[in-house]
Amino acid sequence: MPELSHLQALESESIHIMREVVGEFRNPVMLYSVGKDSSVMLHLARKAFYPGKLPFSLLHVDTGYKFKEMYEFRDNYCREVGADLIVSKNEAAIASGMNPKEFGVARCCGALKTEGLLNALEKGGYDAAFGGARRDEERSRAKERVFSIRDEFGQWDPKNQRPELWDNYNGRIHEGESARIFPISNWTEMDIWTYIRDENIPIVPLYFAKERLMVERGNLLIPVEDESLLIPGEKPKMIMSRFRTLGCSPCTGAVRSDATTMDEIIAEAGAAKRSERETRIIDHGSNSMEDKKKEGYF
Amino acid sequence: MAHQEIQLLRLATVGSVDDGKSTLIGRLLFDTKGAFEDQLHAVRKQKGKEGISSGKDIDLAMLTDGLQAEREQGITIDVAYRYFSTPKRKFIMADCPGHEQYTRNAITGASTANVAVILLDARKGILPQTRRHTHIVSLLGIPHLVVAINKMDLVDYDQQTFESIRDDLRAYCAEQGIQDLICIPVSALEGDMVVKRGDKMPWYEGNTVLNTLEKIEVSNHITEQDMRFPVQLVVRPQSEEYHDYRGFAGRIASGSMHVGDDVVALPSGKSSKIKEITTFDGNLQSAFAPQSVTVVLEDEIDLSRGDMLVPKAALPTSTKQLTAMICWMGEEPLQKRKKYLLKNNSNTVKVMVDEIVSRTNIQTLEGESGVDTLAVNDIGQVSFKLMQEMHVDDYKVIRATGSVIVIDSFSNATVGAGMIQLN
Repeated sequence: MPELSHLQALESESIHIMREVVGEFRNPVMLYSVGKDSSVMLHLARKAFYPGKLPFSLLHVDTGYKFKEMYEFRDNYCREVGADLIVSKNEAAIASGMNPKEFGVARCCGALKTEGLLNALEKGGYDAAFGGARRDEERSRAKERVFSIRDEFGQWDPKNQRPELWDNYNGRIHEGESARIFPISNWTEMDIWTYIRDENIPIVPLYFAKERLMVERGNLLIPVEDESLLIPGEKPKMIMSRFRTLGCSPCTGAVRSDATTMDEIIAEAGAAKRSERETRIIDHGSNSMEDKKKEGYF
Repeated sequence: MAHQEIQLLRLATVGSVDDGKSTLIGRLLFDTKGAFEDQLHAVRKQKGKEGISSGKDIDLAMLTDGLQAEREQGITIDVAYRYFSTPKRKFIMADCPGHEQYTRNAITGASTANVAVILLDARKGILPQTRRHTHIVSLLGIPHLVVAINKMDLVDYDQQTFESIRDDLRAYCAEQGIQDLICIPVSALEGDMVVKRGDKMPWYEGNTVLNTLEKIEVSNHITEQDMRFPVQLVVRPQSEEYHDYRGFAGRIASGSMHVGDDVVALPSGKSSKIKEITTFDGNLQSAFAPQSVTVVLEDEIDLSRGDMLVPKAALPTSTKQLTAMICWMGEEPLQKRKKYLLKNNSNTVKVMVDEIVSRTNIQTLEGESGVDTLAVNDIGQVSFKLMQEMHVDDYKVIRATGSVIVIDSFSNATVGAGMIQLN
């Protein structure tokens, strides 16, 4: 008898999850961060509801610190696939001049991302939000359910998670509660890259290697988008590099790389000795991912 | 879509930290490069020491226990999912807690597995917890069981010790109805028989743990069962191009379907034929479990979320009375006469507990009758009265339509897992 390849099996699982959410929840939304995982999640959603349109909007929680290429890509791609995009910013925090250099990375992320997200979810009245987090990324994410129930403050209680049996998802929640849904939980970084190649999914050009203006900060290569965020004494220089993950420009490190094609990226991901989250400054503070997730971070 | 043909294997490991489970998993991840250097570096035993040359240099339990509470207490509370691959297979590993208190989390992790790996300590042999873990494997109908008899280094790699435990296990698993049992002598700490054979147990002729997992024949019998297609959503684009399109989106739970097949819609009982199998990548002539597709029928019949398409020649059982083995997971005990919800695939039905037929004694694993409740982590046979008909199969025959979750309609919590038994 026929059998699905592992990527086909993962694809079918993700589609099943998305359709269950639309069946069980009143007002779902898909978090769209413009990164590679979001690109795959959006592609899977287009498959799930084909030939219909996406039955939910995309929500980009914009910190204002994303790369220029990300904004361009976001607007073009959403227009191309006919997705309804909502951009939400924590205007109050942005107006107060929130930035990672003066206030610290944890506070800046807390205000612009976590608070920005919680405000946007509340404002939209969403009872379910899809996120592109994967279990292989980080050890507390390895513990998360596919349907992750949050209290009215958006908080995660990791010691008291709802049992999740077979493919029978329970989407029932109380008024005020919401659910975070992780349809690509079981995909690994390698699966994502291979699928992007096989399906020809468009991604932000920052993932491909190019000579870029960078400063070296500790073990990290930090791109220079805004000279005012440099630490005194830092000297920017052109370095052949690319990004394994994309976040905010002041806080996302690049890696030295010559990979300019999908095959070269896949070869690099296969040989990588260090995890992709290593280039995310937010993961390195004393405040762990688990703490941030408990507060409402994705 | 042309993807490389690598098979996906879902496995669940069950055992306590004391059995060396974290060490075994850490060893698998370490030796298959399933963990990255920076992740390993964060859990090395001696801070400041740079090189990590073997699994002994790192605290492997710190790698797998992802929650602060787990690391503080030195126990696994909830399932952690881990991923590794070899050129032959891609593995999704659900690392399940072994303590009785967290049985419900172990069942969460084990419910989707094709293969279970149970650990036991060679010095201690079969313990009550081994029986409990084996019973869960048998109850969930996981087709293959691998038992890693660990800490062989502490019994001088003694062949007799291994064989005596293996023979006891064989007898016990036969009683439990477990078909395929593979026992492997292991020293997770030293690495013997996990990924590499080592040179301490030349008397053992079987495969290592990793080799076993790579070679286990995962029979793909799900596609050979009767076709079941639970409808998740109705797709009506109402666009110019698809003006009259009305498709039924779902994942084929079992069996296969072909354009032209005679099908029956449940609960309406109306018949039709499959006209089209739509996917984003083009229409298909046939499709099989577990593919996600959208089906168009020849006739306009009543069909929506919660309903099911089945072959005319092989109907499921339609019933308002169900008996199931229930693993109770609710903090509040299961009560007779109380109303709950049963959910199977996209269908949710209101039910009342009719009778608690028996409760499994976890020491003897025998059913005890005359009980009037099931407490958290209890397992028992329960019969329900249903408000509407459900269309089900026996769990042992078709897992997807033979399994239900029990939901408390007041708390909304998932309070039980049920495996349907039809006579």
